[in-house]
Amino acid sequence: MQNTLPWLSLAIWLPIGFGVLILGAGRDRNANVVRTVALVGSLLGLLVTLPLYTGFDAAQAGLQFVEKEMWIERLNAHYHLGIDGLSVWFVILTAFITVIVVIAGWEVIESRVAQYYAAFLILSGLMIGVFTAADGLLFYIFFEATLIPMYIIIGVWGGANRVYAAFKFFLYTLAGSLLMLVALVYLYYAAGGSFDLAAWREVRIPLTAQVLLFLAFFAAFSVKVPMWPVHTWLPDAHVEAPTGGSVVLAAIMLKLGAYGFLRFSLPITPDAAHELAWFIIAISLVAVVYIGFVALVQTDMKKLVAYSSIAHMGFVTLGFFIFNRIGVEGAIVQMISHGFVSGAMFLCIGVMYDRMHSRNIADYGGVVNTMPRFAAFMMLFAMANCGLPGTSGFVGEFYVILGAVKYNFWIGMAAATTLILGAAYSLWMYKRVIFGEVGNPHVAELTDIGAREFLILALLAGAVLWMGVYPKPFTDLMGASVAELLQHVGQSKIPLAR
Amino acid sequence: MNEMNLLAAAPEIVLAVATMLILVVDLFLDDERRNVTYALSLVALVVVAALCGMLLAQDAVIYAFGGLYVTDPMANVLKMFAALATGLMLVYAQGYARDRGMWHGEFFVLTLFVLLGVMVMISANNLLVVYLGLELQALALYALVALRRDDAKATEAAMKYFVLGALASGFLLYGMSMLYGAAGTLDLNELARNISAGKVASRAALVLGTVFIVSGLAFKLGAVPFHMWLPDVYHGAPTPVTVLIGSAPKLAVFAIAFRMLVEGLLPLAVDWQKMLALLAIASLVIGNVTAIAQTNLKRMLAYSTIGQMGFMLLAMFSGVVGGNTMTTANAWSAAMFYVITYAITTLGTFGIVMLLARQGFEAEEIADLKGLNRRSPWYAFVMLLLMFSLAGIPPTVGFYAKLVVLQALLGSGMGGLGGSTAIWLAVIAVLLSLVAAFYYLRVVKVMYFDEPADTSPIVAAPEMRVALSVNGISVLVLGIVPQYLLALCAQAMVRTLGG
Repeated sequence: MQNTLPWLSLAIWLPIGFGVLILGAGRDRNANVVRTVALVGSLLGLLVTLPLYTGFDAAQAGLQFVEKEMWIERLNAHYHLGIDGLSVWFVILTAFITVIVVIAGWEVIESRVAQYYAAFLILSGLMIGVFTAADGLLFYIFFEATLIPMYIIIGVWGGANRVYAAFKFFLYTLAGSLLMLVALVYLYYAAGGSFDLAAWREVRIPLTAQVLLFLAFFAAFSVKVPMWPVHTWLPDAHVEAPTGGSVVLAAIMLKLGAYGFLRFSLPITPDAAHELAWFIIAISLVAVVYIGFVALVQTDMKKLVAYSSIAHMGFVTLGFFIFNRIGVEGAIVQMISHGFVSGAMFLCIGVMYDRMHSRNIADYGGVVNTMPRFAAFMMLFAMANCGLPGTSGFVGEFYVILGAVKYNFWIGMAAATTLILGAAYSLWMYKRVIFGEVGNPHVAELTDIGAREFLILALLAGAVLWMGVYPKPFTDLMGASVAELLQHVGQSKIPLAR
Repeated sequence: MNEMNLLAAAPEIVLAVATMLILVVDLFLDDERRNVTYALSLVALVVVAALCGMLLAQDAVIYAFGGLYVTDPMANVLKMFAALATGLMLVYAQGYARDRGMWHGEFFVLTLFVLLGVMVMISANNLLVVYLGLELQALALYALVALRRDDAKATEAAMKYFVLGALASGFLLYGMSMLYGAAGTLDLNELARNISAGKVASRAALVLGTVFIVSGLAFKLGAVPFHMWLPDVYHGAPTPVTVLIGSAPKLAVFAIAFRMLVEGLLPLAVDWQKMLALLAIASLVIGNVTAIAQTNLKRMLAYSTIGQMGFMLLAMFSGVVGGNTMTTANAWSAAMFYVITYAITTLGTFGIVMLLARQGFEAEEIADLKGLNRRSPWYAFVMLLLMFSLAGIPPTVGFYAKLVVLQALLGSGMGGLGGSTAIWLAVIAVLLSLVAAFYYLRVVKVMYFDEPADTSPIVAAPEMRVALSVNGISVLVLGIVPQYLLALCAQAMVRTLGG
C-alpha cells in the first residue's frame, strides 16, 4: 500500500476547490470557460480516486489510506479519513457520476451556470467526505453539509413546484439527522469522550440504550434511503430537481443513508439491530412490493423512476438486515448498480425532457422511430432496472434474494416478486414511451442523441454491462470488510454481567 | 486583593477617557467632518480591543479597586469581542445612519458608553458594580433607540424598552438587596463563601433574592416569559441600534449571569438550575414557533434570538451536577462560545439589512431580500452562510455552538443524575432547531429561488464591503477550523474558575 499522497483528502478537496474557484471567478458571460473548468475539476476528481482502486489491498478488512490529524481538541474529534471494502466503490462512483453530471448539464443549463457547476462539485466533495470519514463528528458534518448544495440545486434550477420540493427535502432529512446528532453525542460519552468510529464499535451499551440509539440512527438513515413510510419527499424532490440533481440524488445521496446503516446501525448497535430486524425487514418488503405497485400506476416518468428507486433501496435494506454475507454483499452491489442504472434512467428522461419539455408518459409514443440510438440505450437501462441477467441490476438482486431465502424462504419469496413488478413498471413505461406509432407531431420532430449525450449514456452502459457480466472486481474488494462487519454484528455489545 | 491595580482596568479607563475626548472634539466638528469622530471612535475601539488582548495574553486573574473589579481571561475574551463587535457595528451603520440623520456626535458617544457599561458589567465582582455597569449600558441604549425622535416606531420602541428595562433593573436590584440582607455582603466571592459556610440570616430571603436575580437576567437576555420587549425593540429601533443590542450587551448579560450565578450563588445551584431549565424550554418553544409567523426580517430575528438564548440557557444550567462542579467549566464555556458566535452571526445578518437599506427604504421585510442572488451573488452567499449558521447546519460555526451545548447538556446527564431528563431535553432542543431551520431556510429561499422585485444597485462604503465579507466568511472559516475559538473559550473559563 503506497501512501505517498493523501489521496482521500485530494478526492474530497479537489472538487470542492474547483467548486469554490468557479463560484468565485465564474461569470455567466463566459459560460463555456466555466463548463470547461468544471469538467477539468471533475475529471481530476475522478483521476485521484483511481489510486484508491489500484492501491487497495482486498485482503485487508480494516481502514486503508488512513489520514488522521487532531482537529478539535476540546471534543477530541479528529480529521480522520479512511476507506475499506464497504466504501471504496462509493468514492469512485461519486467521482464518476460527477463527471457524468457535468457533461450532462453542458448545453442544458444556461442560467447561473457557475453556481450550478460549483454546487455539484462541492456536493461531490462533501459526499466523498461522508464515505471516507472515520470520525463520527466528521461524518455528521459532511452528511449534513450535503443538504445545502442540494437544497440550492433543487430550488434554483428545479421545476414549477421546486420551492415545496426543496423545503420538503431539507426538512425531512434534517429532522432525521438532528436526532442522530443527539445519538452521536451520547456515544461520545459512552466511549469515554471519543468520536472515533472504531472505538464506538467496541463500546458496550445496554439493550434499551441500544434500541434508542438504533432508532435515532434509523431516523436519520431511513429518511435518506428513503424507506417506506418516510419516502414521500423523494418523488417530489426527483420530479422538481433538474436532471443533474435527480441523477446525483438517486445515484449517490440515497446511498449515504444505506451506507450509514452499514457504518453505524449494524456494528455499533448490533443487539438492537437483531432485536428490530423483523421491523426493518417488514418495511423493506413493503417498499419492494407496495412501492412497486405504486410505481406501476405513475403517469410521470420521473416519478416512476423515483418510486422504482425506493423499491430498489428496499432491497438494499433487506439485504443488510438478513445478516448473512451474501445478503450484505448483494445489497452493496445493488447500491452501486442502482447508482449506475437509476442515474442512467434519469439521464434518459432528461434527454427526452430537454426536447419535449414534458415528463408525461402520455405525451410520448413511438420515440424509437425518431430516436433509434437513444431507444437502444434506454432499452438496456430499462432491462437493467428490472434485473435482467447480464446487467448490473441482476447481480445485486440475485444475491439479496439468495440471502433472503437462506434466512427465511417466505421473505425470499416476497422479495423475488420484484422481478415481476420491476419488469412490469420498467418495461410497460418503455413500451408506452418508445414503441408504437408516433404519438404526436412533437415526437415526429425529435432529433436523435448527439455526441455528448451518446458519450454519457455509453459510459453508463459500459459500467452496467461490465458489472453485470463480470462483478468479481466489485465483490472481491468488499469481501474482507463485509466478513469483518458481520463478525461485529454477530457479537453482542450488551455489557457483561459483573 | 485590596490594591487599586489600575492596570487591570486599563481598557475601561482608556475607553472612558477616549469617549470624553470624542465628546469634546465632536463639538468643534460640523457635519461634513463627522468622519473624524467616526475614525477616532474606531481607533479607540481597536486600542481597547488590543489592550484586552494584551491582558488576555497575561492569562491571570487580577482584582482591582479593592476587589470591586476583576479582570480574568473570560472577561478579557468577552471584552475583546464586545469592542470588536461595536466597531463592526459602527462600520455597518455608516451609510444607514448618514441617510437617516443619525450620524452625529451623540451616536458615537452613546455607543461608546454602551460599550463602557458592557465592559464594567463583564468585570464586575460586586453586586453594586454589576448594577452600575448595567444601568450605564441600559441608559445609553434607551437614548440610542430614541435617537430618531421623529420616528414614531422608534420612539414607541424606546418607551417600551425603557419601561420594561427599568422594571428588569428593579428586579435585579431588589434581588441584590435580598442577597445583601441574607448574606451581609455585596462582594460576589464573599457571598459564595458566606453561603457555603452557612453564615446566612435567612435561606428563604436568599432563594427569593435568587428568583429576582434570575428574572432580571431573563429580562435582559429576552428569555420567555420575560421576552415581550424584545420583538418590539428589535423591530422599532434603528437597525444599527438593533444590532448593538443584539451583540455586545448579550455578551455582558452572559458575563453577569456567570458572575452572579456561578461565582456568587453556586451553593444555590439546585435552585437556579430549575429556573434556567424552564426559561430555556419556554424560550425555545415560543421563540422558534412564533418566528415562523413573522414577515418582517428584524422581528423574525428577534424571535429567533429568543430561541437562540433558550439554547444557550441549556448549557448554562448544565454546569453543576448534583453539587459537583466538575462540568462547570465545560458547560459555561459552551455557553460562552454560543453567545460569541451568536453575536458574530447577528452582526453580519443585520449588516446585510443595513447594506440593502437606502434613503427612505428600510429593507427590513423578508420579501425585500427577493432575488438577492441576482442582484449580488456575493452578499446573497454571505447571507446564506449566516442563515445556515443560525440554523446550526454544518459547516458553519453555528453548528459547533449547538454541538457543544448538546455536549454540555448530555454531559450533565451522563454524570449520573437525571440522565434521561438531559436526553429528552436534548431531543426537544434539536426538534425545535428543526422548526427554526424552516424560517431560516425561507430567507435563503427568498434570496435564491425568487426573482428580484427591486433591481437598484447596492451601494456601500468600501470598508463596509470588506467588513461584511470578512464577517460572513468568518462564519464559514470558524466552521471549518472551530478548534481555536473553542479552545480559547475553554481555557478562559477553566482559568477563570480555577483562579
